[in-house]
Amino acid sequence: MFWLQYAAPQRLYGLAGRIYPLAFALAALLTAVGLYLGFWVAPADFQQGQAYRIIFVHVPASWMSMLIYVAMAFWAWLGLSFKTRVSGMMTQALAPTGALCCFLSLWTGALWGKPMWGAWWVWDARLTSELILLFLYLGYIALTRAIDDPRRADRAGAVVALVGVVNVPIIYFSVQWWNTLHQGASVSLTKSPSMAAVMLWAMLVMTLAFWAYAVGMAFYRVRQTILEREQDAAWVGELKEIAP
Amino acid sequence: MSWNSWEEFWDMGGYAFFVWGSYSVVFAGVALELWLAVRQRSAVLALLRRNREHAQAGDPT
Repeated sequence: MFWLQYAAPQRLYGLAGRIYPLAFALAALLTAVGLYLGFWVAPADFQQGQAYRIIFVHVPASWMSMLIYVAMAFWAWLGLSFKTRVSGMMTQALAPTGALCCFLSLWTGALWGKPMWGAWWVWDARLTSELILLFLYLGYIALTRAIDDPRRADRAGAVVALVGVVNVPIIYFSVQWWNTLHQGASVSLTKSPSMAAVMLWAMLVMTLAFWAYAVGMAFYRVRQTILEREQDAAWVGELKEIAP
Repeated sequence: MSWNSWEEFWDMGGYAFFVWGSYSVVFAGVALELWLAVRQRSAVLALLRRNREHAQAGDPT
């Protein structure tokens, strides 16, 4: 299969260098469109007034915090199963953006919770499981940075990523499984969304913006990991970016 | 159009602190991550350049 050639770090370096500018440009464009829809086109919510506009960053950040962890688990599984060298690099490249999205989800959630629930934080199943996700991200980052040998760091990190991924469905279904203060899903695959179309569109566009940003960030960051690990390879020495 | 004036927009129906407190931290977080990533890239490139100069000078380190 043709994509397997990108399992070689050199090929991935070149590919990532072509993808990240496109992904960042797409993220900027989608952010502009999404914020325009969210702040100028979408009306105020009949219950929550203007405060609901936090949704346009809160939901995308929350979704991406889960999706990035699943992507990390996928790369971790690939790395453990097939010993592909770039898998661990991709897992590591994704982690900081996932941690950021997770933090932003909690932060924007607190700022939404205070005016709506009267509390910055409650130990509710949704909030607690999202906080555990943040600790999983931070644990992954700390663990992989603490181990000097890259292959051992990748393997140890992959175990954390794979074990921790069970938390993602717990977060997602927490609002159904437990009686939570956090509201249920506004958008689901099985029933029509419980929000106005323009609000939904703004949220989806912002989600795509976050996704494009995460893709851009991961591919931007993976190039540095490749350079560090492959610094003795001949192709690295020939790169024009390190020419004196 | 949902706003009659800029004052009304910035006020966010009295929720200015919560709405702008969310968006400012999101943008600050993204800006910080981008800045750290760019800084890391220049650090890695500088290190590789140094290593290459050492190698060309016949320095075994």
